[in-house]
Amino acid sequence: MTGETLHHAPGPSLQLLTQEIPVLIVDDLSKTYADGTQALAGINLSVHPGEIVALVGGSGCGKTTLLRLIAGLDQASGGCVQVDGETIREPHPDVGVVFQEARLLPWLDVADNVGFGLAGLTGSEHRGRVVGALERIGLAEHADRWPRELSGGQQQRVAIARAFVTIPRVLLLDEPFSALDAFTRRDLHDQLLNLWGEAKPTILLVTHDVGEAVTLADRVVVMRPRPGRLDETIVIGPARPRDPVAAHHENAVRRVMAALDRSLRPAAAHQPLAPEDRATWW
Amino acid sequence: MRQGGRVGLGLVLPLALAIGWEIAIDPGLVSGRLLPPPSRIGATLLDLAASGDLLMHVQATLIRVGLGFLWGAAVGILAGGLVATLPTLRWLLDPSLQALRAVPSLAWVPLFILWFGILETPKVLLIAVGVFFPVYVGVSGAIASVDRKLIEVGRIFRLSRFGLARRILLPAVLPATLVGLRTGLGLGFLFVVAAELMGASEGLGYLLVDGQQFGKPDQIVAAIFDFAAAGKLADLVLMTLTRPLTRWQDTERESL
Repeated sequence: MTGETLHHAPGPSLQLLTQEIPVLIVDDLSKTYADGTQALAGINLSVHPGEIVALVGGSGCGKTTLLRLIAGLDQASGGCVQVDGETIREPHPDVGVVFQEARLLPWLDVADNVGFGLAGLTGSEHRGRVVGALERIGLAEHADRWPRELSGGQQQRVAIARAFVTIPRVLLLDEPFSALDAFTRRDLHDQLLNLWGEAKPTILLVTHDVGEAVTLADRVVVMRPRPGRLDETIVIGPARPRDPVAAHHENAVRRVMAALDRSLRPAAAHQPLAPEDRATWW
Repeated sequence: MRQGGRVGLGLVLPLALAIGWEIAIDPGLVSGRLLPPPSRIGATLLDLAASGDLLMHVQATLIRVGLGFLWGAAVGILAGGLVATLPTLRWLLDPSLQALRAVPSLAWVPLFILWFGILETPKVLLIAVGVFFPVYVGVSGAIASVDRKLIEVGRIFRLSRFGLARRILLPAVLPATLVGLRTGLGLGFLFVVAAELMGASEGLGYLLVDGQQFGKPDQIVAAIFDFAAAGKLADLVLMTLTRPLTRWQDTERESL
């Protein structure tokens, strides 16, 4: 799959024609709060199976709001979100979420936290999945520790394992590494891609770290604020692993930075970039 | 060893006082008529125990505390849970309950005697009232302060209402509930004395009144000693029974 087929959500008839049907479709989504503040306006996005999309933008541009609507935690004011053709009104079994904070349950040990969302499995299946996940994130020997005994990075790894272990089709990550130091972050990027490599869930990653977005994502979508809208898309491409010092990588970071910079200027002064960098939504 | 040393240090003061008092009375330095020496208190305790009276009195008191505690705790947990989860009920009930909480519980004694006589009912009720408030405040406060972020984790994994209550709310409110129960148990012992002072034919409070009316200070001190032992023991039982439930919280304290 390439980054060129990333336009407005195709209608049902078109979906049948294309080989890759988007697993996540956001259609004209908007959110206005009770006090009249418009947080999101006319968001359109479709994400294909196995794709990793990063959402970047200045603070307050509605990244987290968008993610919460997709997760079914909040209700949209207009438009809809579909996962596998089902309209999202509440949290969906195929959608996993990792929050900015680990949000582990302090009264459960590490293994029970990882297995918290596993339902309908026999005891041995349940154990097997949890142990497998713990081994892959390198915390097998900490299985019976309490969350408070872990470092911040370890806690976030447990939270990521908790989301992966249910094998979701779509995984929403809300700045999951923002509270961690740079070394831990690098380490967790590798672990995330490791876990992703098995079932290849679709990932929508909210981040304010452009380097992170370019390292992990197939394409980076820039949001602009007041009200939150999707702006430009920068296609990074599916090749992995990424070399952070490669010219291509640095070039991509520069392009995202430039797009971010433009997104913060008033819409009137907005000059589109070269066609391949231009977003198709606004 | 280290803990044994700490316990030993805590015993130094009471033992020194007891021995000092014993020594001062023996040669007639002080009379000991109003405060008998430890040896006489010990003898009184042994007499009471040998006759079976002690067991009867302790039993009577513990049954009252136990019943009052169970009623007060049960109603406190129920009311606290309902008031914290149903806003309408909170606006309806909480102001009145907070006002009642401000009433010193002993002020109920005359009314309870008028209403229920002087048998077991008013005693258990008074203890239950004393236990109710700390449990109610503990439970309702704990539920109100459960982290919304953890509830969202439950929503993401699509827990049912019951699942959310059992797997997130209950464990989250347990520590504060146990603190409320512990405070309530302490107050239960406070109020059992008041209840038994208002008229009883058995119980440790009866021993106190009896000792005062018949001039038996040794019996009064013996009863006080029993109160200390029974209260401490009940607290220990509660803590031991509930420790496994809050083990996740206690790790740091236990490693110190």
